[in-house]
Amino acid sequence: MTSSINARAALLSLIILFIGLGIWEALNQPPPSTEALTEYELMMGSSDSEARVPPPSAVLGRAWEELSNPFYDAGPNDKGIGIQLAYSLYRVLLGFFGAAVIAIPLGFLIGMSPLMHKALNPFIQVLRPISPLAWMPLALFVIKDSELSAIFVIFICSIWPMLINTAFGVSNVRKDWVNVAKTHELSQLKTAFLVILPAAAPTILTGMRISIGIAWLVIVAAEMLVGGTGIGYYVWNEWNNLDLISVIFSILMIGIIGMLLDMALGVVAKLVAYEE
Amino acid sequence: MSKDFVSVENLSKVYPSASGDVTVFDNVNIGIKKGEFVCIIGHSGCGKSTIMNILAGLDEPTSGSVIMDGKEISGPSLDRGVVFQNYSLLPWLTTLQNVSFGVAARNPSWSKVKVDAHSSHYLDMVGLSAALKKKPSELSGGMRQRVSIARAFATSPKLLLLDEPFGALDALTRGVIQEELLKIWSETQQTVFMITHDVDEAILLADHILLMSNGPNARVAESVKISIARPRNRSEIIEDPAYYKIRNHLVNFLINCPKSTPSSDNTHGNIPLIVDPALIDSAINVEKIKTIDQPSVAAAEIVKKIKN
Repeated sequence: MTSSINARAALLSLIILFIGLGIWEALNQPPPSTEALTEYELMMGSSDSEARVPPPSAVLGRAWEELSNPFYDAGPNDKGIGIQLAYSLYRVLLGFFGAAVIAIPLGFLIGMSPLMHKALNPFIQVLRPISPLAWMPLALFVIKDSELSAIFVIFICSIWPMLINTAFGVSNVRKDWVNVAKTHELSQLKTAFLVILPAAAPTILTGMRISIGIAWLVIVAAEMLVGGTGIGYYVWNEWNNLDLISVIFSILMIGIIGMLLDMALGVVAKLVAYEE
Repeated sequence: MSKDFVSVENLSKVYPSASGDVTVFDNVNIGIKKGEFVCIIGHSGCGKSTIMNILAGLDEPTSGSVIMDGKEISGPSLDRGVVFQNYSLLPWLTTLQNVSFGVAARNPSWSKVKVDAHSSHYLDMVGLSAALKKKPSELSGGMRQRVSIARAFATSPKLLLLDEPFGALDALTRGVIQEELLKIWSETQQTVFMITHDVDEAILLADHILLMSNGPNARVAESVKISIARPRNRSEIIEDPAYYKIRNHLVNFLINCPKSTPSSDNTHGNIPLIVDPALIDSAINVEKIKTIDQPSVAAAEIVKKIKN
């Protein structure tokens, strides 16, 4: 039964996919025209007076086209999907790892010191609920660079889940394990690296997974604002071009890359997981 | 008292609470000689674990001091190894790593090869040479406690502290590990201080059994000498004529639950009364059993033991 449940789930997924695509395709067919198209109608592609969501067949065709040459660069407004995604990934990863470098040590400090926890908690509680995009104008003014401002926005939205999870993981390390470190005369630094870090690693990784998820959500909006390059800019640019096929295609790509980012951190989380 | 390797002097612990301070124990005096195996028995709440934590350096006494090897102890140290009740193995390390990290901490100058060889030797002594690469989650409770014991012995502490090490184990496993513990102890000549709730376990293992009166204001009331010859084993020890005298004495004490009165009860000072039940005339001892409130409990315990 256990081996067949995967097969049955896959089958069910495929059925749902085809039914969904079928409905989508069927609902968005232009009505057949009865007379010859006028010149205007020819230019618009059909005699349909109503704009319709492009059917999945059109999106698949575009996907094939785009993915067969993802890295072409034909000027500022015409770059391959691969280049746009690479820009977005670069910003997300830079902001995310920048946040990790600050958040994890700071989280350790907060987790290990009740004093620091009490002192820093009010700041965290006020700063955390701020929408990362609200920082954008200030970032643009201070940094004076749209690229760096986008990275800063990713940094600021990634920092909180990692900070809070690290602090939580560190402060909840089982007292027995800390006692083991104490009775073995481990120094503070050795205790942090040999006992507390491995003990808190699964919780820290959970924070990192939440962070990268949020960062990937935010980069699209940030790039719509700052423009120039990136998948968020691409979506907005295609909307301005009224190219809904490309909009839907890029929405799908955003979902797939987001899933891959989460899976990558999932693999790391498995490496540091332990069973009590 | 100057001959004692470990000397606990007038130790007390007071916990502040809303309804006034609670003195868990006071005027606790314990002397342990080098190489001795000492067990401490008392009802829950009398502060046994607190005494152990103070000895380990993980807790501070309200007053009094602990002197080991001529020096007052302060803070945790590798000189005092601890086996915790819940094993406290680090779950992300293998069996061997759990022992070797302690050995490496104890002997910073050793090479990794030497550390691993030393660690495997001690794991071998507790019969775990086949499980070196396993994680604690893959081991049974008994095997985990064996790793913990191997870790403590492998660091060769001057004093080994065991906090109810067999409390969570089933009776069969407990018996086997008790004998393994006795074997390692006789080979290494460690000084051991152990908390237990099991009277038979204490008689099997200890040179002296310290009996604590009930808290609050608990004290070490008696130090019972176990004169049964070593090496001991579980099946032969019950045939020793002294065994039931000692056992009755301990059970009597625990059933009667002597309540401490604050320092006024100074009939024998603060030094525990030293008792050797083997020397007590059996007639008097029997008389004593009859005078207690529930002699049937003690008798039932004894019958149970004989059946086993």
